[in-house]
Amino acid sequence: MKYPKNGKFGEFGGKYIPETLVPAIEELEENYLKFKNNKEFKKEFNYYLKVYAGRPTPLYYAKNLSEKIGGGKIFLKREDLLHGGAHKINNTIGQALLAKKMKKKRIIAETGAGQHGVATAMACAALGMKAEVYMGYKDTVRQKLNVYRMNMLGSKVHPVMSGSKTLKDAINEAIRDWITNVENTYYLLGSAVGPHPYPVMVRDFQSVIGKEIKSQMKKMNKKLDTVIACVGGGSNAIGTFYPLVDTDAEIIGVEAGGHGLKTKKHSATLSGGSKGILHGMMTYLLQDDEGQITETHSISAGLDYPGVGPEHAFFKDINRIKYHSATDKEVIDAFLMLTQTEGIIPALESAHAISEAIKIARKSKTSESIVVTLSGRGDKDVEEVQNYLSRNVKN
Amino acid sequence: MSRIKEKFIELKASNQRALISYIMAGFPNEKSTLSVIRGLVKGGVDIIELGFPFSDPLADGPTIQNASTISLEKGTKISRFFNLVKQIRKETDTPLILMTYSNILYHKGFSKFIQDAKKVGIDGFILPDMSVEESKEYIHSAKNFADTIFLVSPNTSNKRINKISNVSTGFLYLVAVFGTTGVKSEIKSYTIDAIKNIKKINKNKIPLCVGFGVSTPDDVKRYVKAGADGVIVGSAFLKIIEKTPQDQLQTKIEKFTKSLKKETLRK
Repeated sequence: MKYPKNGKFGEFGGKYIPETLVPAIEELEENYLKFKNNKEFKKEFNYYLKVYAGRPTPLYYAKNLSEKIGGGKIFLKREDLLHGGAHKINNTIGQALLAKKMKKKRIIAETGAGQHGVATAMACAALGMKAEVYMGYKDTVRQKLNVYRMNMLGSKVHPVMSGSKTLKDAINEAIRDWITNVENTYYLLGSAVGPHPYPVMVRDFQSVIGKEIKSQMKKMNKKLDTVIACVGGGSNAIGTFYPLVDTDAEIIGVEAGGHGLKTKKHSATLSGGSKGILHGMMTYLLQDDEGQITETHSISAGLDYPGVGPEHAFFKDINRIKYHSATDKEVIDAFLMLTQTEGIIPALESAHAISEAIKIARKSKTSESIVVTLSGRGDKDVEEVQNYLSRNVKN
Repeated sequence: MSRIKEKFIELKASNQRALISYIMAGFPNEKSTLSVIRGLVKGGVDIIELGFPFSDPLADGPTIQNASTISLEKGTKISRFFNLVKQIRKETDTPLILMTYSNILYHKGFSKFIQDAKKVGIDGFILPDMSVEESKEYIHSAKNFADTIFLVSPNTSNKRINKISNVSTGFLYLVAVFGTTGVKSEIKSYTIDAIKNIKKINKNKIPLCVGFGVSTPDDVKRYVKAGADGVIVGSAFLKIIEKTPQDQLQTKIEKFTKSLKKETLRK
């Protein structure tokens, strides 16, 4: 689905927004459509992706890991090597450039693990702007290094005390700010969620991941059998998958299984949720039988979200993409296995995708290729993992 | 004809504008909601908006967010809410509007939810996150059952004002300020301009009521003077409810309602 009419992916997506935001959303869509095919804009965007963010990222054959498993060959798309340590910078450069073209003086953003907040702060600093970032209080505690980074980069962090004090509440608060300051503010949303045109715009900026995978596999003369990425809101996943949905590859998104789908402590929206309306979009949600959004759990703050990008909901319903989940325990195992075999410390978010890749590799032939998007590096998570391991030794 | 439409005809005939109050059902508990309703009715309120809490009220400021959280913690559920409406209906014929977020209706099914609500005495709906573009099923489900009140903002284009006025029934809700509910600010000239502009476009086809940040008799007076057909006061009521002991609630609300209602009488 190239550019969805009315912002709809089948029945998903759309614009469920307060009327005050309509002019801002219309202005955004108009400008996005104007600049997305503009030669100058594309040149500038590609320039920053290349010399500032560090693209293209390598596609690395994880030989030790693959041989240890003894099945299919695992390739890692190294988004963790990007400036800032995650794929988030692809989107923040694109949107910050757009905000600048739109002459917006004020940038706001939300963040979960802090990766999008940091990437926003970096892109804004590089382009001579300042950002204000909303972050759930709970996340400011478990990811405090990212709070320090944002502050040092010249952005202001607003801890959000409402609701579950995580990503969904940070989005609520950013939207409230936007409603209040709609006339001069650009909302730089970090995932492929929210009202149209955000899901399609974020997908387009992140699609560089899938495009590079396609050409890198071609160069190596390899057939792509399976492609895997983790899904919270789903921006690295849709950026990986979208350019590949027309191929024969099996595509798998991996959600946060937390303590297991049978418990209520998970964030696996597509595997365990139902349709609903939140944050401006129709999508799958984790909700109770009255339509109240439920609290989620994941060992990774970046996947701790009760909704998911509407295009993922669409691809699930038409059966083009499969959505699986990995539990906290499986994620820790995958995290350690990759760290020890390859010397690469993955973000806990990305370790969900690694966990699935290990499962798939075990079942496949050595001739088969599995590409996994390693969406971010795990430096931010070493304390969390250390705590998890200490707890489990005690138990 | 709906209770809301009848009310506006009746008000027009007696040279009055509508005083509309918003309160959160079950805040701080169901018993106090009933006391508040009695105070509102005795104080002369014309229409009551009953908030049904949603976990993620993104158009609301801190006062209504807090009331939503407390109401949910106290166990407000759809069935209990409908029972509460039934009890209210035993005491008053005042038009009742249910204000909540789209997902609550979508989850039960628009048609089922609206018909169930109509049965217990709800006359209309306000969904602040329901844009006119996404409203087809909602409007279709409500037709012949309940009014669908839509919001416009001071930054809404004339083209959209037309579009929204065509699907809004009962009245049109003008958001007075850029912001969430309950944010106090002085009356802006852009709001006064918006009232005049919308009235001109709509040629009195549908009543226009102003809400968000309307909290004092003086606010009411000035919006009435600018030409609004009604005003909506919400967070100011919740602030009184927050700090008033249960046994004084009814009289306090009645007194405040009277002070607001006085300003809606056409001079």
